[in-house]
Amino acid sequence: MAESAPQNIIYQARIPIYPRSVKGRFRRLKWGILTFAYGVYFLLPWLRWERVTGPDQAVLFDIAHRRFYLFDLVVHPQDIFWLAGFLVIAAMLLFFVTGIAGRAFCGYFCFQTLWTDVYILIERLVQGERPARMRLDKSSWGAEKFVKKGATHLLWVLVALLTGLTFTLYWGDAPKLLLQLFTGAAPFPAYATTVFLAATTYVMAGLAREQVCTYMCPYARFQSVMFDRDTYVVAYHAERGEGTRGRARLSRDSKTREQRQQQGVGDCIDCGYCVQVCPTGIDIRNGLQIQCISCALCIDACDTIMDSVGWPRGLISYDSERVQQGGKTRLIRVKTIGYAVALFAAIGMLTWSIVFDSAFDMAARQVRQPLFVVLSDGRIQNSYDLKINNKSERTVTATLSLQGLPRGSLALATGDPRTLRVAADDSLSLRVRVRMPKDSRGEQIPFHFVLRTAAGTQPVVLREQAYFSMPRRAPADD
Amino acid sequence: MAEAKPNKPSGAVQTTGHAWDGDLQEFNNPLPRWWVWAFYATVVFAVVYWILYPAWPIGRSYTKGVMNNITFKEGDKEVTMHWNTRALLWRDMQTGPEAVKQRRYMDQVANADYQQIVSDPKMMGFVQSVGKVLFADNCAACHGSGGQGKIGLFPNLSDDAWLWGGSLEDIHATISQGRHGYMPSFRATFSAAQVEQVSDYVLSLSGHQVDPASAAAGKAMFNGQGGGCYYCHGENGKGMKSQGSANLTDSIWTIADVPGQGTLTGKRDVVAQVILNGVHRQMPNWNGRLSATEIKLLTVYVHNVLGVGK
Repeated sequence: MAESAPQNIIYQARIPIYPRSVKGRFRRLKWGILTFAYGVYFLLPWLRWERVTGPDQAVLFDIAHRRFYLFDLVVHPQDIFWLAGFLVIAAMLLFFVTGIAGRAFCGYFCFQTLWTDVYILIERLVQGERPARMRLDKSSWGAEKFVKKGATHLLWVLVALLTGLTFTLYWGDAPKLLLQLFTGAAPFPAYATTVFLAATTYVMAGLAREQVCTYMCPYARFQSVMFDRDTYVVAYHAERGEGTRGRARLSRDSKTREQRQQQGVGDCIDCGYCVQVCPTGIDIRNGLQIQCISCALCIDACDTIMDSVGWPRGLISYDSERVQQGGKTRLIRVKTIGYAVALFAAIGMLTWSIVFDSAFDMAARQVRQPLFVVLSDGRIQNSYDLKINNKSERTVTATLSLQGLPRGSLALATGDPRTLRVAADDSLSLRVRVRMPKDSRGEQIPFHFVLRTAAGTQPVVLREQAYFSMPRRAPADD
Repeated sequence: MAEAKPNKPSGAVQTTGHAWDGDLQEFNNPLPRWWVWAFYATVVFAVVYWILYPAWPIGRSYTKGVMNNITFKEGDKEVTMHWNTRALLWRDMQTGPEAVKQRRYMDQVANADYQQIVSDPKMMGFVQSVGKVLFADNCAACHGSGGQGKIGLFPNLSDDAWLWGGSLEDIHATISQGRHGYMPSFRATFSAAQVEQVSDYVLSLSGHQVDPASAAAGKAMFNGQGGGCYYCHGENGKGMKSQGSANLTDSIWTIADVPGQGTLTGKRDVVAQVILNGVHRQMPNWNGRLSATEIKLLTVYVHNVLGVGK
């Protein structure tokens, strides 16, 4: 189309891509990752998990009740900074891996790649291999084209709906929600999420495909800038493939490698297999390009050809720019060490935070309006709002006392008993009062609230620092 | 390069055809066509939006949109309005999940008696958060946001002294009926010297070291027909709930800023001013303005959360 187009085309229709299938070690690895990822994604909502309190779903993001259940970990709203920790880890891991192995995320793990792979598989199973698909597209609309195209899109929609549905099931009790979804009893957001996810899956994996990576994806852009001369990228070895006189097809007098080398012809037999298998439709022999998602299918393609002609593999392979220029790849460099340190620090901190997270905590906040009150007997009273969280799965009984304030006395606004009961997975907020004889002026006296769980239960002692404020001006005193 | 090359126009990269400074050219990387269609789609979206939602100003009014009615209750009457954030908020405040939750607590409070409310930590948590809002909206203008009051004007509610009684029933009565605090002026009754003597006696009641002779003379007037202070403050100056008269024997001062004075003379002067000028304070009744449940919530809030009730 470019030939016939005027010089200044501003808009361009998508040039269809018909990726040919290929077998090889990277394709096997990719199928393996895809199977594992799909297994986890589609089955995880159905995994049941035993809990004393809370739902019996292993992974459940319960927005309505403000709890995220991840196996034995229950995430409360106040733990939301874990999400920040997780995102930092994800970012550092991406930087680290990209610095070493290029766009490995894009090529092997990105859901765009995984779902596009599945959609291309469906396309191939229904319509046939690349030439058959190209022929079908060129042919006029008839029964065959209608049936084959229809079946493809139908299966695409089915996969899309399944994808959207599964995503929705993570946010509610899966068996119940599924039943509700089919009986029309599910809440509107469940339908909206399912349909939205299904629509985006169908459009992105079925219709847009490589354009998502080329035009939409920000990761593709910022991963590219993290490359350096030591980053492994999918590379065509031009000096081997092109020789001194360029590449050439196999012909009668250039059949063996020796013949070709004598003629100055490279090892590339220009079969075009590497271009045909590329899901983004580029020619890797033109060098590293922005569209390349590092899926390594061209490596598999070229290896297949090299095996069949009996020449060594690796005309296209993972290599760094430095190797291509005759050097040796340095894995240990400032950038990789830096990212590794940051990565392990973030993993360590998040793990530490989760492992040593107290299931039972208390916060004290002094009432500041007024800061202190003079009581009728001349004593000074300060008030505090205590918030006690019980994140465990059992009811906790505890007693509250003061520490470091020998002359102070404690009273609860709800009256005593000072034995507090906090139900499982619940919190309690209460106002407490501390009273003290006025024995100094304008002083901030540090002390601790101490919460001790009752005997017989798991022994927990919580100490929370607070300050007792004395009036600056002496009341009723000269 | 025998294969047909997708996504790559043959030959060199196109330029826009413009040249600046002789050789400065601009690459032309064509936009995908769907991108343009997506742009048109946003335009269509905008037009549909204009039709459905409030959008264009017309003089002092604006287009209201169609098919976007929101029905909500304003007071007792049902109002139907075109889509706007205020109507959304109104509806949310009546039918939103938080509103439903709040109403459930409200009903629980309405059906419970004071003892049940006070002994239930969950209900007290509700009292604490709702009471804070109710108090801030209705009471804080005079009593201060923390109920700390203002000496000379509005009583402090955060301490344990109560002019009109500090039990839940007393506080309920105070809020629902209002109060009228009154102490006559003794300007015509006492001479300047007598005012000093009565002031000295009043100070001595709360343990201040004053001239014993002067205090004794003051006591005679306080408890005698000359002053008659004991009618309201009681013979020992402990005050009377029925009169709303202050307890003069404790450390708390509601009218005279005794704690704020550095010298004994200063303290005596502020007490004397109260005796000379009298007191006239009024708290309105809240019966018609607040619902029974709201008064109940405020009563518990003032009694347990804000102050130290009896």
